[in-house]
Amino acid sequence: MTTVQFLFYAFAALSVLFALGMVLNVRNTVAAALCLVVTMVSLAGIYVLLEAYFVAAVQIMVYAGAIVVLFLFVVMLLNLRHDDFSPSRQLLVKAGAAVLGVVALGQLLRLLRVSLPEAPAAAEGFGGYRMLGLTLYTDYVLLVEIASLLLLAAIVGALILAKRRVDR
Amino acid sequence: MIPIDHVILLSAVLFMIGVIGVATRRNLIVVLMSIELMLNGSNLAFVGFNRLHPERLDGQIFVLIVIAVAASEVAVGLGIVISMFRNRDSVNLEDVSLLKW
Amino acid sequence: MPVAEIVKTLFILLVAVGALAPVITWIERKQSALMQDRIGANRADIAGITLLGLLHPLADVLKLLTKEDVVPDGANRVMHLIAPVIAAVPAIIAFGVIPFGGTYSFDDITVNLVVADPDWGMLYIFAIASIATYGTIIAGWSSNSNWSLLGGIRASAQMISYEVTMGLSLVGVFMVFQTLKLTDMAQAQDTTFRLFGFLDTLFGLPVPAFLDWLRLPAWGLFYQPLAFVMFLTAIMAENKRPPFDLPEGESEIVAGYHTEYSGMRFGLFFMSEFIQVVVIAALVATLFLGGWSIPYLSQETIIGGVGSVFGTGFATGLCVILHFVSFLVKVIIMIWVQMTLRWTLPRFRYDQVMDLCWKILLPLSIANIIVTGAVMLAIQGQP
Repeated sequence: MTTVQFLFYAFAALSVLFALGMVLNVRNTVAAALCLVVTMVSLAGIYVLLEAYFVAAVQIMVYAGAIVVLFLFVVMLLNLRHDDFSPSRQLLVKAGAAVLGVVALGQLLRLLRVSLPEAPAAAEGFGGYRMLGLTLYTDYVLLVEIASLLLLAAIVGALILAKRRVDR
Repeated sequence: MIPIDHVILLSAVLFMIGVIGVATRRNLIVVLMSIELMLNGSNLAFVGFNRLHPERLDGQIFVLIVIAVAASEVAVGLGIVISMFRNRDSVNLEDVSLLKW
Repeated sequence: MPVAEIVKTLFILLVAVGALAPVITWIERKQSALMQDRIGANRADIAGITLLGLLHPLADVLKLLTKEDVVPDGANRVMHLIAPVIAAVPAIIAFGVIPFGGTYSFDDITVNLVVADPDWGMLYIFAIASIATYGTIIAGWSSNSNWSLLGGIRASAQMISYEVTMGLSLVGVFMVFQTLKLTDMAQAQDTTFRLFGFLDTLFGLPVPAFLDWLRLPAWGLFYQPLAFVMFLTAIMAENKRPPFDLPEGESEIVAGYHTEYSGMRFGLFFMSEFIQVVVIAALVATLFLGGWSIPYLSQETIIGGVGSVFGTGFATGLCVILHFVSFLVKVIIMIWVQMTLRWTLPRFRYDQVMDLCWKILLPLSIANIIVTGAVMLAIQGQP
């Protein structure tokens, strides 16, 4: 097994492990957020192995470095220490979810029995910021503009939602 | 080289773990984080398939837009969590059941 | 991995982390003492030799190692333990892409005084800066204390706000140098350019002869002065360096997010802040002050000039040493600038910090991008 393959399996195992840790973690919201960070960083490692360097950097900068920090910020602001909640019909839902997960995974494994072709060698600048920047601002400039409008709407929405209402 | 079907399998596993998180957990913040996990799973599938056809960069560009959308969704979602907490002093999903029949 | 790479990595780590960071604690003490008209710490001695207080960093380390390690009562032990590590590691590994010297070719081997040289070097620095926020946040949360939580909240908001400005203010520099590789950027600053050349390229006027010989080194500082000021502000705020040290708040909230840390764990936070000072200095030196290059002597001039007298091998060796020393001099100048800023400016208030980021630096950095793009378009004349 080459170094690249070994690293891929290591990152994959890490991401699945910590994703499970995040979802199954009952006691501590902050620990769940930190597990999510480890998942995202290992996914960024996989992106680097797949030669998508800019996407990996953006994943760490935006996803792991800002979005999960926002989660942690809200948890700290609201001081959410105590966590999950009285078990009412938890067991039935959990069993149902586990069965659903296993069935879906089995189906996917069956569908993936046909193996995909070997990845061709990528061009020199594949996944680099130059080619990505060129494509983004020539072919997909409309997408960039729409994304900026979406972000503006999100900023306005978040400001209004979280603003402390002064009771008159 | 990395076998791309294993990449797609990993993306499917992460997506399923996210779905289980959304369906099972009742802490609203953990539900939002599971949605992020689902988005990450689909991002991985995009990048994996793009590696299979490296003459175009569509997959990676879409991943960048998905990350932007995820950022805006988290911002608004956490704003909702904050207002919910201010009104009910809890982020338990079972406490927002006023419209339930 | 060849032995030379390992030796180079270890050498850079030893110089940067091992040698410079403790010396900076000494510089801080002595400079603040000079500025405040006092002597500073000079009592630490070995058998009566005080060495002007240079033994104080050693005394600090010994003191911190022998202190009791306190974990507060309701704190999460695991997170309390890993927070200083998450704060310290990004500061140290940021040295991986900073070029301490150029590319030199001896007879058949090419030596490159940088640990790793990926094509996206600066993106790595941004990613590291994003990860560094977690040390502070986890430290603030896991200490189960009011002051720590306040410090942690302030720190996380400040750090993620200034990451945006840090990135955007550097886009102008990337546009000018056309690359994200730090080695290429340092290499591109090795020449000079005509100060009044803009009359020729922008407006088409002939440059008068008496102004034509005036050349400046092609540093990022002269191409992008506004970006220099903005980047220095943003990265000092990102590293919670005074005057932006509200998260530590040394006179307001006890010690902010590292209130509940003692012994070597506090030592790790302490050290990581000073290593970040060196990282800031090295980054600013590489991006804006020409990196390892000597102002009016480019590498070819040195090798050509000295090589014709003493031989190319000796000339290249001399070049290595000269460039390394020049880089260190620039780093020390930037460290001195940060120390001066620390001991002269009063601390910003929290809303002033946020105002500065979102209302002043962000629009200015976007304006910088637009102006730089317009000027470059006018100069090159084609899209």
